[in-house]
Amino acid sequence: MNQKTLSRRALLGTAIGTAGAAALPRFAHAQGTPRKGGTLVVAADTEPRNLNPAIAASNGVFYVASKVIEPLAEMSYDGGGLAPRLATEWSGSADGRSATFKLRPGVTWHDGKPFSSADVAFSAMEVWKKAQNLGRVLFKDLEAVDTPDGGTAVFRFSKPTPFQLIRNALPAVTAVVPKHVYEGSDVNTNPANTKLIGTGPFRFVEHKPGEFYRLAKSPTYWDRDKPYLDGIIYRVLPDAGAIAAALEADQIQLAAFSAIPLSELPRMEKLKGVQVLNKGYEGITYQLTVEINHRRKELADVRVRRAITHAIDKDFVVKTIFRGYATASSGPIPKFDKQFHTDEAAQPAFDVAKANALLDEAGYTRQGGGMRFKLRLLPAPWFEQTRQMGDYLRQALRVVGIDAELVNNDSAGHTKAIYTDQAFDLAIGSPVYRNDPSISTTILYQGGLPSGVPFSNQYGYNDAAVNATILKASETLDAASRAQLYRDFQRQVAESQPLIHVAEFTFISVIRDKLHNVANNPRWATSNWADAWLSA
Amino acid sequence: MSPVWRIVTRRLGNAVPVLAIVAVGSYCLLELAPGDAVDAYLSGSGGDAGLVAQLRHAWGLDRSFAARLASYLLSLLTLDFGWSVAFTRPVRVVVLDRLGNTLLLMSAAIAFSFSVGTLLGVVAGARPRSWRDRILSLLSLALYAAPGFWLGLMLIVAFAVKLSWFPLGGVATIGEPRAGLAHVLDVAWHLALPAAALGLVYLALYLRLMRAGMVEAWRSDFVRTARAKGLSRQRIVWRHVARNALLPVVTMLGLQAAAMLGGSVVIESVFAIPGLGRLAYEAVTQRDVPLLLGIILAGTVMVIVVNLLVDLAYARLDPRVITG
Repeated sequence: MNQKTLSRRALLGTAIGTAGAAALPRFAHAQGTPRKGGTLVVAADTEPRNLNPAIAASNGVFYVASKVIEPLAEMSYDGGGLAPRLATEWSGSADGRSATFKLRPGVTWHDGKPFSSADVAFSAMEVWKKAQNLGRVLFKDLEAVDTPDGGTAVFRFSKPTPFQLIRNALPAVTAVVPKHVYEGSDVNTNPANTKLIGTGPFRFVEHKPGEFYRLAKSPTYWDRDKPYLDGIIYRVLPDAGAIAAALEADQIQLAAFSAIPLSELPRMEKLKGVQVLNKGYEGITYQLTVEINHRRKELADVRVRRAITHAIDKDFVVKTIFRGYATASSGPIPKFDKQFHTDEAAQPAFDVAKANALLDEAGYTRQGGGMRFKLRLLPAPWFEQTRQMGDYLRQALRVVGIDAELVNNDSAGHTKAIYTDQAFDLAIGSPVYRNDPSISTTILYQGGLPSGVPFSNQYGYNDAAVNATILKASETLDAASRAQLYRDFQRQVAESQPLIHVAEFTFISVIRDKLHNVANNPRWATSNWADAWLSA
Repeated sequence: MSPVWRIVTRRLGNAVPVLAIVAVGSYCLLELAPGDAVDAYLSGSGGDAGLVAQLRHAWGLDRSFAARLASYLLSLLTLDFGWSVAFTRPVRVVVLDRLGNTLLLMSAAIAFSFSVGTLLGVVAGARPRSWRDRILSLLSLALYAAPGFWLGLMLIVAFAVKLSWFPLGGVATIGEPRAGLAHVLDVAWHLALPAAALGLVYLALYLRLMRAGMVEAWRSDFVRTARAKGLSRQRIVWRHVARNALLPVVTMLGLQAAAMLGGSVVIESVFAIPGLGRLAYEAVTQRDVPLLLGIILAGTVMVIVVNLLVDLAYARLDPRVITG
């Protein structure tokens, strides 16, 4: 029962701007005049050990910390995909060697000190580049951050770096922390990692482990009218049944990140004063995947891999496992990202006869008992749906004569088995797409990575042509040519199926309808909630 | 040396090797679980090879198993329980923070189940096979068969959602610190439902045990003698039958104190109570070895103390225990 609640959001949850998404404002509850006051109580099902979003860029952290510590820019449904936060303007140089940010004037930290470009420079060089899970890769070529004046920060790179990538990454990787608090200390163990100090609309008041987090309105927020709420309380509720009951009794007003299981949603929809929202998470799209160990001789054969894809009925997975709250996937880049997605990379369609024919052709004929060969299948424990996909895939494979044995582990055990020991044949995973393929997507395909790196290519797949495309794209500065390279990449992997993408899914929020301005940006649950308000 | 004192010293002397075996055994067992604290942490955020090595070094996980075990046992000798990487605080602080809640919940549940269960057992056992006995037996069977988390959720739906008599969970009202009696009442109000849920299953057990003991006692010679002496039925029930039936129930009380620590993981989750059960679950999923050992050792001490108290109670109920 608890496994799924603990890790539901724990996993790699970050995502970055829907720069190319449909630029229409889609406000869920923009009606009425905002009322000031009131404390919002929401459910939290995990308590991250490090609450500093500048170090741990993940959804579990952002859910609480994004109200206190702000990034340079936030995702938006309009305005080209980004809305300004601590930066008001940004631009990249033609040679890809620098990026310039104009910073917001008149911003103060919650401890009263003024915010300046020195804080951005310190955060970038000492925190994002050295200690952050994503920043260590993204900013590896960042050489220095110049601060010609208090309101300007110029990032200088040792190698040309596509500005498109930096821009797409702003919402998730650029949480700015105060230099005067962190300077001269060990960034990883600074007490401010659990008692946050930021510039956001809410300041951190207290955390009682196992009980709640409490945030209170910041009187000095730069957007003077905001926030509307007096405070936010995150109640730690580890049990999904108890979360549904708390929402029903109006003791909480929001259960985000699908904290209420999909099977409960039809009942919740019928309750008076309760709404089920299927938006506000487009920027946090997860992908249900089948990971393949290419070291297995059978699976190194492209015909066998294509046969496995032919054996999977993606629509069935969407309809039954996700109860319709998902989309069948057509490859490594989700459909919503119009910047990079292509429809021309044809995936092997559901076709059992074809799967059987391909397996016969590859020389794996049915033995006694009707099975061709045996495999170990490790479903990730991250979501209820990753486990269920394991059950489904086992049955789907039996139909085409592959005997898969399920091996279940908890989070730590699964991470070690797949990414360090590589002790699997097939696995079910759920990587998150971070709105630019080079952040967490191509790393699943790139060959020659060291072992022990979670959520990377530990599959023994190493294709020279794919590696070349990935490398070329990482050095291409022109946005259009870079996007074209990623379309080529999608076609290449559609052909060889090194990894099978089954479905794309986002989360569900269940709210009391007195909560307004919900789901008004593509990563709403992990944005600052400055404009959220409660009606009387 | 008085006999009671002898029991105490003998028991405490035995406790030392028990604690040592528990500490070393648990450490070795946990080592067998696949993945370490770094794997658990990175399954939540991801990270590159450099970060993996950096964390393993910072958390002391790059040392050999023997080196880690040795340094852990050495620090244990100085009563230093180590550092919890999952909570970034000393284990002692994390455990003591939660211990109070668990003790409160457990003692409330045990007191409730023991007192009500035994009393109902006496009611049922006073006249075996009467209609009162049949109804109570049926009820206790149903309660005993119900899973704890389901009972908890049903209590929440009935008394917190529909009737709004009790809060949904937690240990105290959030954001309104109270003092003195107001605080005690607030905590009692919050613990009523979880203690009832945790206690109900055991109540059934006590009821059945007490009843069975009494049915047995009714057949003994001393009861026949008491009847022959012309004692009142009430006096026979309380002084002779119930008192003799109480011994196995007290044994059960000791066993239950140990079992409740594990059983409360579920109730603590359903009612969002930060206690040791949930902490243990988190320690396992996070592979936080020093923390889990801290909890196990705290649990072991608790069991040893409860067993000692049970032995002393035995001595009081049945004087033969001391000489025997």
